[in-house]
Amino acid sequence: MTADILIQVLVSGLLIGLIYALVAVGLTLIFGVMDIVNFAHGEFLMLGMYASFWAFALFAIDPIVALPLTALLLFAVGVIVYQTVIRRILKAPMLSQIFATFGLMILLRGLAQFFWKPDHRLIPHSLVSGNIALGPVQFGLPQFVAALGAVGVTGALWLFLHRTRLGTALEATAIDREAATLMGIDGQKMFALAWGIGAACAGLAGGLIATFFPIFPEVGSNFILIAFVVVVLGGFGSVTGAFLAGIIVGLIEVLGGFLVGPEYKTAIVLSLLLIVLLVRPRGLLGKA
Amino acid sequence: MTTGTTSSRKAPISRKAMGTAALLALAAVLPLAITEPSQQNFLILILMGAQMGVAWNIVGGYAGQVSLGHAVFYGIGAYTSTMLLTTLGLTPWIGALAGGLLAAIFAIAMGWPCFRLKGHYFAMATIAVAEIVQILVTNSDALEGAVGLYLPMDRNGWGWLIFLSKLPYYYVILGLLVLTVLVSWLIERSHIGYYFRAIKDEPEAARALGVSLTRYKLIALSVSAFLTALGGSFYAQKEMFIDPGSVFAGTISIKIALIAILGGVGRLTGPVLGAVILITIEEYSRTLFGSTGSGTDMIIYAAMIILVAVFSPSGVLGLLGDLHRHLGRHLPGTKPAEVKTEKMEIRP
Repeated sequence: MTADILIQVLVSGLLIGLIYALVAVGLTLIFGVMDIVNFAHGEFLMLGMYASFWAFALFAIDPIVALPLTALLLFAVGVIVYQTVIRRILKAPMLSQIFATFGLMILLRGLAQFFWKPDHRLIPHSLVSGNIALGPVQFGLPQFVAALGAVGVTGALWLFLHRTRLGTALEATAIDREAATLMGIDGQKMFALAWGIGAACAGLAGGLIATFFPIFPEVGSNFILIAFVVVVLGGFGSVTGAFLAGIIVGLIEVLGGFLVGPEYKTAIVLSLLLIVLLVRPRGLLGKA
Repeated sequence: MTTGTTSSRKAPISRKAMGTAALLALAAVLPLAITEPSQQNFLILILMGAQMGVAWNIVGGYAGQVSLGHAVFYGIGAYTSTMLLTTLGLTPWIGALAGGLLAAIFAIAMGWPCFRLKGHYFAMATIAVAEIVQILVTNSDALEGAVGLYLPMDRNGWGWLIFLSKLPYYYVILGLLVLTVLVSWLIERSHIGYYFRAIKDEPEAARALGVSLTRYKLIALSVSAFLTALGGSFYAQKEMFIDPGSVFAGTISIKIALIAILGGVGRLTGPVLGAVILITIEEYSRTLFGSTGSGTDMIIYAAMIILVAVFSPSGVLGLLGDLHRHLGRHLPGTKPAEVKTEKMEIRP
């Protein structure tokens, strides 16, 4: 009986952990390529959720069907943000860099609140709904599909980074910017690409969870903190590390909530952030 | 301090002192002219914002350690003085001091490990700590959790720092702001202030010269925490009700940092200017669009923060300075140096 509950808990931890991983890979990619922490990353996820919501509410397009559109839209948002703001603060003092993405976070939240109201919204009757029962273990189909999608996107990103010319150039920029520039890689183009892909990943995560998670302007604040934990645990800049760390954080969150009490689950995850920062600042797979 | 210097150097300082005195006198008589309670409340909010910003600036501006979790100190101040008042019947004069000390101790305990982190990592760690404390307080039965704490109505007057009109609150927060500015000013002028700036601008060089980075960062954080906690106690006294959402929330941390950033970090008057701008926008958008949910104030000051970050890292104050210098260059017969000292005078 208790074993069944434990398995149930672990499965739901794994499912949410894969979503965390997808949010975090974008964050870690941006950091790895240009040493800037994007405090507005949770807001990219929020925009992805709203893109799904409006596609559904206005054109009756299911969130799952709308995913490519969401990805494209958020890629554009990421590139625009890079070209208008980030490009100008690349050489600015760190304080300015923190303020810029921090300001962006507040701006996007404010705009969402202004145009779309602070109400919690839900997408009813999505294509994927209901539960799956595997023996004693039960889980929601939307959660399962979202986790599956997260694995697919993260996998595709990994393949892109390691198997394509463009991806390798991006990876090279992350490893050693100067050497990459000497090899004829256009740094500016890579930076814009990192922001586009990073935002698209967060947007896809938003689109995937829009089928079962309430949508509201400040939804990103829940995810950005957890994404920080994942990025730090995985090692800043490491996509593979973020993937593993996402799963670990998901498991710890659900297990901690189960053992200590659900109201403390976020506190437990954030304590993990502090522990990692203090004990092993470079994380699991980060650069030394 | 100035007696040994030449008269040309002495003059602007005494003029500056006169300007400060005039400003203080103006602040003291202002609520006698503005008697409408809602307008007096608006002035109080500005002073509260300025006090938070000046306190934050000590660690975030001078020492360059960006804290995005200052609500933790604000909350500790508010909860300590209120708990001591409701359970032991202790006057908030002592309760606020206790809250300040507790916040300073907490700052040292939190800073000790967190200051091993640099820049972005430190900012993240402060968010995490504040969030953890908010969750713990929200779920604590002893602190009434999410329900919140009410201050007793029956004990009012100067002994209990609870008043039935706005005016006394105005003078209390004005006094607290003056104290906070004074502490900052003393730090700015002392050797500690030099060390802070060295830590911010040239940490490696400072370390090489034997400046203990952690020690001075801890001093900056604990002084800032102490003053922020006093502000929190004042909030409790003024509102007579506190809950985790009103004093420990992440939005409070954001507001505190925004005020200082907006006005200009690292300068004494920056946060004061930031408070005037931010609170005015906040209140104006509230009357224009209703109390909840419009988000217009957020949009306006977020846009300002981004502009400031992109174009002028030294805040609106720096932006004004640039503008003034720029204009000054085109004015016939003005030397840039003179323009610069003039700029110092204009700053309140």
